[in-house]
Amino acid sequence: MSENTIPVVELSDQSPCGGESVGQWDPNAQDDRSLDSPSRRTFVQNSAAGMSAASLMGTAALVTGSDDADANTTWAEHFQGNYRLMSDEEKAEALDRLEKRYSLEYEKDVTVDGTEAADNVLFGYALNIKKCIGCRRCVKACVQENNQTRGDEQEIEWIRVLKMEKGEFTQEKLKDGYPGEVGIQVGGNAYGAVGVVLEGEHYYEPDKVPEQDSHYMPIACMQCEKPPCVKVCPVRTTYREADGPVVIDYNWCIGCRMCIGACPYWARRFNWGEPKLPKEEMNPDTHYLGNRPRMKGVVEKCTFCIQRTRQGRYPACVEVCPVGARKFGNLLDPNSEVRRVLATKRVFRLKAELNTYPKFFYYVD
Amino acid sequence: MKIMIQFVIDYISYIFKGGLRFYAWMGFLALFLLPWAYGNYMQFTQGMIVTGLSDQVSWGLYLANFVFLVGVAAGAVTIVFPAYVYKYEPLHKVAVLGEMLAIAAVIMCILFVFSHMGRPDRLWHMVPLLGIYNFPNSMLTWDTMVLIGYFLLNLVCGFYYLYQKYTGRPLNNNFYLPLIFISIVWALSIHTVTAFLINTMPARPMWHHGMMPIRFISTAFAAGPSLIIVIFLIIRKNTALWIEDKAINMLSTIVVGCLSIGLFLTLSEVVTELYHPTEHSDGLRYLMFGKHGLSNLVPWFWGSLVAMLVGWVLLLIPRVRKNYTVLPYICVLIFLGIWVEKGMGLLIPGSIPTPIGEFTQYSPTMIEIMNCLGNWAIGFLILTVLLKGAIGIVLGDVKYTKTQ
Repeated sequence: MSENTIPVVELSDQSPCGGESVGQWDPNAQDDRSLDSPSRRTFVQNSAAGMSAASLMGTAALVTGSDDADANTTWAEHFQGNYRLMSDEEKAEALDRLEKRYSLEYEKDVTVDGTEAADNVLFGYALNIKKCIGCRRCVKACVQENNQTRGDEQEIEWIRVLKMEKGEFTQEKLKDGYPGEVGIQVGGNAYGAVGVVLEGEHYYEPDKVPEQDSHYMPIACMQCEKPPCVKVCPVRTTYREADGPVVIDYNWCIGCRMCIGACPYWARRFNWGEPKLPKEEMNPDTHYLGNRPRMKGVVEKCTFCIQRTRQGRYPACVEVCPVGARKFGNLLDPNSEVRRVLATKRVFRLKAELNTYPKFFYYVD
Repeated sequence: MKIMIQFVIDYISYIFKGGLRFYAWMGFLALFLLPWAYGNYMQFTQGMIVTGLSDQVSWGLYLANFVFLVGVAAGAVTIVFPAYVYKYEPLHKVAVLGEMLAIAAVIMCILFVFSHMGRPDRLWHMVPLLGIYNFPNSMLTWDTMVLIGYFLLNLVCGFYYLYQKYTGRPLNNNFYLPLIFISIVWALSIHTVTAFLINTMPARPMWHHGMMPIRFISTAFAAGPSLIIVIFLIIRKNTALWIEDKAINMLSTIVVGCLSIGLFLTLSEVVTELYHPTEHSDGLRYLMFGKHGLSNLVPWFWGSLVAMLVGWVLLLIPRVRKNYTVLPYICVLIFLGIWVEKGMGLLIPGSIPTPIGEFTQYSPTMIEIMNCLGNWAIGFLILTVLLKGAIGIVLGDVKYTKTQ
């Protein structure tokens, strides 16, 4: 792809998703694109019937209506066990409790899904750093989809787009690097910002993207196969699901922030205060391990949009990307898009030297 | 059983018998409890947002104090070790005071862990059987285990000794000595594991080196006895318990020896990291010189280094070391120097820059400071009570036969 085909996007308008061309982001809209793998789609259709029993119970409870439900459910939540170790009935109860509480709190019909991982699925992600234009639509879409806290006091974003600038080698400094009279190198081009400046700036506020002499590197949770955050958690509240994503049971997290210290990708966020999520902006289609509203004092992070991807939909960031830089699919399916990327493109992982084996790959054409 | 109840009654009634200075001291400490209660209330209701912490620097003053106090707890072994391994009589007589310090320090550690946690109401999730204890994977579970173990060892050793002394019965050495020797090794383990807690994270290059445990232990064995010297000099002045010069001299020798090793390790790290300053040395360079115009920690680093160097040089001189008018001030200087080195100087720059290279400054809020001061005050209240009771029994003021 040549440079001039990259669309330039005006960012001066305040709409969260940028220009008109992509249209308004609607988190409830059904995805018209599907994952490549036909086997995955079939699976999701099969599992859809089984999974929603809990959601139905929740809705029923809402219809019959009980005023003290909020207090009771909160109380019961305090004493529930670790989600992974719950029996199926306990899980259904927990989901039901949450649906009641959220529906009352956000004054809409909230579903809390508990769909389990499918067999023969391992989610993977690939991002074309050559295509990314740094528009941050993915960041906005992620926040709307995943119910992160927002506002002036604290704002959580799971994706951060790093802007890498280009520096310049100059003729004047050419001789400075030559050892002087005392034989010590005192200057040279290496003493300024030259080549590609690798310290990513993620607070850039340009009028237009992409900017001159910059390229972009979005980061989020890398969904490591050997995640340091999982190893350090004292209560196993964070763990790798069978289909790949590293998830958190928000109700089990004790807020010690060991995982934040251990993550080499700065992917984890902490709810420092009571999360602020306006009722009208709340996305009611949630998953227990994914985008359900969080409470204060717990850690959260990207889950590959578990509430969408387990239903055969793309993550919100993939769907919204205007340049198609983001690819997502089943790593166990040789025909999936992400596998084709791995097979045919130049691929690398971030901080590969740490042996965390991310399932988030970067590539160039 | 009856004797045991009598012990508790005598012990408590002795503690409350105190002069004006004792009550003034306790009252002074109690003053910190009101802001502490307010700070905790705010943090519990509003969340950690009332602290100066952020996603960039998510570990701060609370954990810094925790790490330092684990060192103080371990440092108590500098009394117990010479007393029992070398049978050093001047320290042997007062070894129980070291155990009391260890108990108080571990309690302070636990208070700071509570302050650090985002969800202290969910602590039960960590209790084995009731919740999940991610052992042996999580270093934090190792740390919890060794700290609780150390607490129990000192509680049992200390109060068994006091109880036997109270009743006038001889110690059962087959029971007592093995526990003492276990507690000596255990003291090393608590600070080693605390070092492992932070140096096993490749994501934080400033901490990720094998020197951390020995550096922790060496500075702990300087800070711990420094505090003990000050306490001993206060006890000598204010109570009937006479702590021999020899005991204090032994401790100041330990301080200067361990501080030598600590300073040597600090300087080794500086040379290793700065000779070819890679990205991994960014944290240290930020700490020492500041970066991108951000230099909050620079005065702390140099202040702490100067404090430790000055204290070390002064203690090297035997005449100064044995001058008990100057000695407590030097000890306070070293204690504060090491507190900064392990706190502001190690815990915080470990998070700066973030793993993606962002430099964010951290400064604690008033609420954090109030909570920290409160935790320290509670620790010193407990320490005073424990020491007073122990001194009463060692002196023979509290005795079973007397009360009959």
